[in-house]
Amino acid sequence: MPSSYPEIYFPILVQVLIAIAIAAGMVVGSWLLGKRVRTRAKDMPYESGMVPVGSTRERFSVKFYLVAMVFILFDVELVFLYPWAVVYGELGLYGFLVMFLFIDLILWGFYYIWKKGVLDWSREEPAGSQA
Amino acid sequence: MNFFVLSLLKAAIVISVLMVSLLYLQWVERKVIAHIQLRMGPYRVGPHGLLQPFADVLKLLTKEGFIPSHVNLFFYLLAPFLAVSLALISIVVVPFGPEVELFGVRTTMQLTDLNIGILFVLAISSLSVYAVTFAGWASNNKYSLLGGLRSAAQMISYELPLALSLGAPLLVAGSLSLREIVLAQQGTILGILPNWMIFQLPAPQLVGFLVFLIAAFAETNRIPFDLPEAENELVAGFHTEYSSLKFASFFMAEYANMITMTAITTTVFLGGWLPPFPETLGSNWAPAVIFALLGALAVYYSRQAPRPKDRRTLPWVGLALFAVAAIFLIPAAHPLLVPPFWFLAKAGFLMFVFIWVRGTLPRFRYDQLMQFAWKFMFPVALVNLFATALLVALFPR
Amino acid sequence: MDAVLFLVFAAIAVACGISVVVQRHPITSAISLIGVMGALAVLYLLLGAEFLAAVQVVVYAGAIMVLFIFVIMLLNAGVEPPGGRSWPVRLLGLPMLVILVGLLSFVIRRVFAGGEEVRFGAFTKGGPREIGRLLFTDYLLPFEVTSVLILVAILGAVVLARKEID
Repeated sequence: MPSSYPEIYFPILVQVLIAIAIAAGMVVGSWLLGKRVRTRAKDMPYESGMVPVGSTRERFSVKFYLVAMVFILFDVELVFLYPWAVVYGELGLYGFLVMFLFIDLILWGFYYIWKKGVLDWSREEPAGSQA
Repeated sequence: MNFFVLSLLKAAIVISVLMVSLLYLQWVERKVIAHIQLRMGPYRVGPHGLLQPFADVLKLLTKEGFIPSHVNLFFYLLAPFLAVSLALISIVVVPFGPEVELFGVRTTMQLTDLNIGILFVLAISSLSVYAVTFAGWASNNKYSLLGGLRSAAQMISYELPLALSLGAPLLVAGSLSLREIVLAQQGTILGILPNWMIFQLPAPQLVGFLVFLIAAFAETNRIPFDLPEAENELVAGFHTEYSSLKFASFFMAEYANMITMTAITTTVFLGGWLPPFPETLGSNWAPAVIFALLGALAVYYSRQAPRPKDRRTLPWVGLALFAVAAIFLIPAAHPLLVPPFWFLAKAGFLMFVFIWVRGTLPRFRYDQLMQFAWKFMFPVALVNLFATALLVALFPR
Repeated sequence: MDAVLFLVFAAIAVACGISVVVQRHPITSAISLIGVMGALAVLYLLLGAEFLAAVQVVVYAGAIMVLFIFVIMLLNAGVEPPGGRSWPVRLLGLPMLVILVGLLSFVIRRVFAGGEEVRFGAFTKGGPREIGRLLFTDYLLPFEVTSVLILVAILGAVVLARKEID
């Protein structure tokens, strides 16, 4: 049985190197193999066979930004749940109350964003934004 | 034997098995979907299309590796690289079996056991958001950008219920190490039901299991959550501008992620390598019986197969299955073969469920998908976690 | 071995850190920052802080940087124009940097003069179990107060973005 840290983490190093080798092989391989021919039409961004209209670099809905923001906050909360789950057997009912207090406050935040419509994706988008 | 040599050997075995299953998953999926739709699926290349994966690989290898000039080259190439490399890493912490002794060497059937095992998997999977985001952004194509963005928002939204539903079994097992989670599921309930997390008293994790499975569908961008590549609105989503092996990279990453997800589900909820009924009832002999039955089925079917070719070949398939059954009959081979058999059987069944769902369900609408994650999955996972915590605190073992 | 691993990942962290500042395109800066986070996670791991290493990746690289990249895409930020620095900055930048690094290393060497050498695997109390025990006994108050912080952050995020939604 491996017991020391270097022995535990050595296989991970090996696996990461294997994964990188395979991934790099695939990306480089596609460059080496097969012929390449450039034509003007082939080089256009694909828009169902039409000539591309406008720029791709448009702004998009603030919803995506909000979801990422809310995700971070709940992710931070989640990170606390894992060590709590591991030692829960030792803490018992005390652990339940402690975490309930913690989550309770955050759930009020969740209630707030729910009521504010942050989680509603089908609402009318403001003019000028897309996606 | 030197520990490092042993590790390299095990890594080589795991990666070869993984690559072969990645090749054949595609074939299995096409076959299953075809039969759901009353078609035959791949049939031309090799018997029953068994050589189809190699034909596909050859085709993709020789396709033109076109790089459009409108892309951001660095990120365009980084995206498939990230997708594949991240998808292949997580398998390192999955336990396929208990500690075994082979030719005097004791080792675990696992590459390594971290005491942050589950968090390691979550960390790797949280990084794979970048593959789709960068692919969508770098392609400089409207469909790609929308697909990449949608995918990123979807993946982070479903990561919360995914991680939350994992919390409950961790709480029961009291560990983040995948090996210890499996060991916490030993034994039986009332002598009949296996003591797996989905049945384990006082808090059966049936709800947690379903939430995790649904979130896993979303994390791997599978139907019914394959919005990032919804072809009727986004062409091919984030990989619209990718061709040849770079396209294959995303494909391979999707299948590798599916394998990881089914392996984690099996380990955490379905007892990993543990048999569905105890050894005293003869679970060690079950694989031999199963293979023998499959062999008998093949021989029986060969007598009434509609195609003459099948009538000739199927008895040989049956014979091969009988040979496998014979290997499983050797008692000395049991500790080495039976645990991985159960692990692969359970993971394989879950994989079938992934394909089955693809053949059955339509696709969600994007706003429904996001609301489902936040307004249903997240609260349900949270309630499940706290119900489990309360039950464990009230009825300590 | 320990020193080699440390130097490799410290070098990656520093290189990525420099790249964050030097790169002209914000998205390249962002990915350099992800590199810094990853290298830092490995350094935590080398110190034996397993849980912290995983959290570093999950929260910083997997969540906060996603937001950064979304914002860069949202604002459609392009390549920054070069130049624009005033002459005192150009003149004093490098000397000031050298002085700062020198001062920092001097202070660190003085403060931790008798410190033990860090060895990979020597410290094993950085797992989730030990963190959990400390967090829910000795550091319970800071933990509970964190929830208030998160609540405030949720409200803040919604209030800031609400103008756009309405």
